[in-house]
Amino acid sequence: MKECLIKTEKLTKIYKLPAEQIRAVRDIDLEIFAGDFISIMGPSGSGKTTLLDSLGCLTTITSGRLIVSGKDVSHANESELVSVRRKFISFVFQDFLLIPSLTVLENVMLPLYFARLPQDRNRAVEILEKVGLGHRINHLPKQISGGEKQRVAIARALAISPKLLLADEPTGNLDTKYAQEIFHIFKKLNQEGLTIVVTTHNPNLGSQASRIIYLQDGKIISENKPN
Amino acid sequence: MKSFNIAFKNLTRKRIRNILTIGGVAIAVAVLVSLFGFDAGYQKGLNNDIDKLGYHLLVTAKGCPYEAATLMLQGGGGLRYMEEDVYRRIIKDPRIDSITPQLVSSVYNQEGAGGRGSIALYMGIEKSYIGLKPWSKFKSGGWFSGNDVDEAIMGYEAAELEQRSIGDKIFIPGIGKVLTVVGIFERTGTQDDGIIFIPLASAQKIFNLPGKLTGIGIKLKDIHDIAKFEEDLYNEPGIQVISLAQVRGTILNLVSSARAMASSVALIAIFIAVIGVTNTILMSVFERTREIGMMKALGASAADIFKIIWIETTLICVIGGFLGMALAFFGSHIVEQIIRHALPYAPAGKLVFIRSQLLFASFLATVIMGLVAGTYPALRASLMKPIEAIRSGE
Repeated sequence: MKECLIKTEKLTKIYKLPAEQIRAVRDIDLEIFAGDFISIMGPSGSGKTTLLDSLGCLTTITSGRLIVSGKDVSHANESELVSVRRKFISFVFQDFLLIPSLTVLENVMLPLYFARLPQDRNRAVEILEKVGLGHRINHLPKQISGGEKQRVAIARALAISPKLLLADEPTGNLDTKYAQEIFHIFKKLNQEGLTIVVTTHNPNLGSQASRIIYLQDGKIISENKPN
Repeated sequence: MKSFNIAFKNLTRKRIRNILTIGGVAIAVAVLVSLFGFDAGYQKGLNNDIDKLGYHLLVTAKGCPYEAATLMLQGGGGLRYMEEDVYRRIIKDPRIDSITPQLVSSVYNQEGAGGRGSIALYMGIEKSYIGLKPWSKFKSGGWFSGNDVDEAIMGYEAAELEQRSIGDKIFIPGIGKVLTVVGIFERTGTQDDGIIFIPLASAQKIFNLPGKLTGIGIKLKDIHDIAKFEEDLYNEPGIQVISLAQVRGTILNLVSSARAMASSVALIAIFIAVIGVTNTILMSVFERTREIGMMKALGASAADIFKIIWIETTLICVIGGFLGMALAFFGSHIVEQIIRHALPYAPAGKLVFIRSQLLFASFLATVIMGLVAGTYPALRASLMKPIEAIRSGE
């Protein structure tokens, strides 16, 4: 029996705007198990990003339940969510969000500082080598290519040894070759045991995951489970 | 990787903007340090000048006390004279330890200061003058050979300026008198350094002021008698008694309004600098909204973000502060020239006196400036919601 990392029950997130309410995602029932590689697909505005943000404890949910590693965080406040994120979850964003004034290595070590973990330089270098950037550790973000930046962002996400890696359109800003490279890295990490959830528009890439969830109008309309 | 490193490296972005902000802080701190340095230097110089007068009280002809006070410290004549009889009456008072009469006269020398014209100060004194100033020593030569001789003892600077040595003849322009230099004093660091001393009786003759004095310096046996002594002299006609405490007070009053004005300018400069720093950091926080969101997503707490922004502002202020202190320290000579030009009376010696305590206090002030300037931007940054911050501008 695989460990259930995240479980949602009727998870709903509503954005309240001055003129209207937007039900970004609604009544999501989902279980994410250790070792899963899930891609969330769907048209723009289908709620992919909101679902990912909710699963990643980046935002509070409006109703339903969210259980992370057995702990109900449905009503947790920001500081409780921060400690959940520090322990279990890490992120990769579409446009990398590296700090331009820090070197590649420093960017990777940044989450260790925030998570109050030892500043293990050797491990950070090891992670960078794993994503093929061992030769770039002292470069600044502006000195490397887009594909390399995203690999730095992945290395940064791996620094705290998360149980779950969430990636929001990680290949959205990359050309096909680099995009495939990133998915290759994800597959490798998944084979090593890391649980990964990715949102993507790209069906070729999305189909490489072991579970594919389709969203439309904030609801799960189908799921392709592995055989 | 520590908050300090992150904050410091952040400052290397937008260099021009940060350098300009640091420059603003530096100027404000330089003004502040110069002002306090001047305050300390002025009081120290004034106290030194007053202490080195050697007496507790000065009796002068009645007139404006401000004028009397400044002229007394400048060694100026005051150009008001009193009768020598007063001296003869006062001298009998048993409370007096030492007393010395003086007659000061200034002579304009058209040829002086390289043809631009200068004023030479002559002071007629008696031996008791030296008795009141035990630190006055002869660099060369000695006391006058008699009470009514055409001889002069020159202050250190007066002699230096005219390249005089013992035996030289000096000519009093306009009066046609020639004096022989018999002594030159060592440097005292007071106004005495610029004066040419002559015997009192000779001075009265040369300047055609028989039986006149400009002042009488008095040192009492017991300093506590000053108030009573002053009161007793109150009824003497045509004179006023000025105690050194009063002189100190009057002179400080004289500069206090200028000081208040300068203090306001310094405070306004600091205020503007603080607003400038807040503005710079706030702009930088807004520009980095998405990065801040990312840091929060990756585990940074509100306190972590607050700390980074606070360190950034404090760094700007402290770097600016150090530059400002250096500016004030090395520019004190120029400030001194400007102040000397503007003040009615400036004591001898260094006018801007920057002590280590002042530098330490300024350092603390810059840290406080940084903390104050950084609070609002740091708060804004720390309260950002991660997801809203990351998605802003997308």
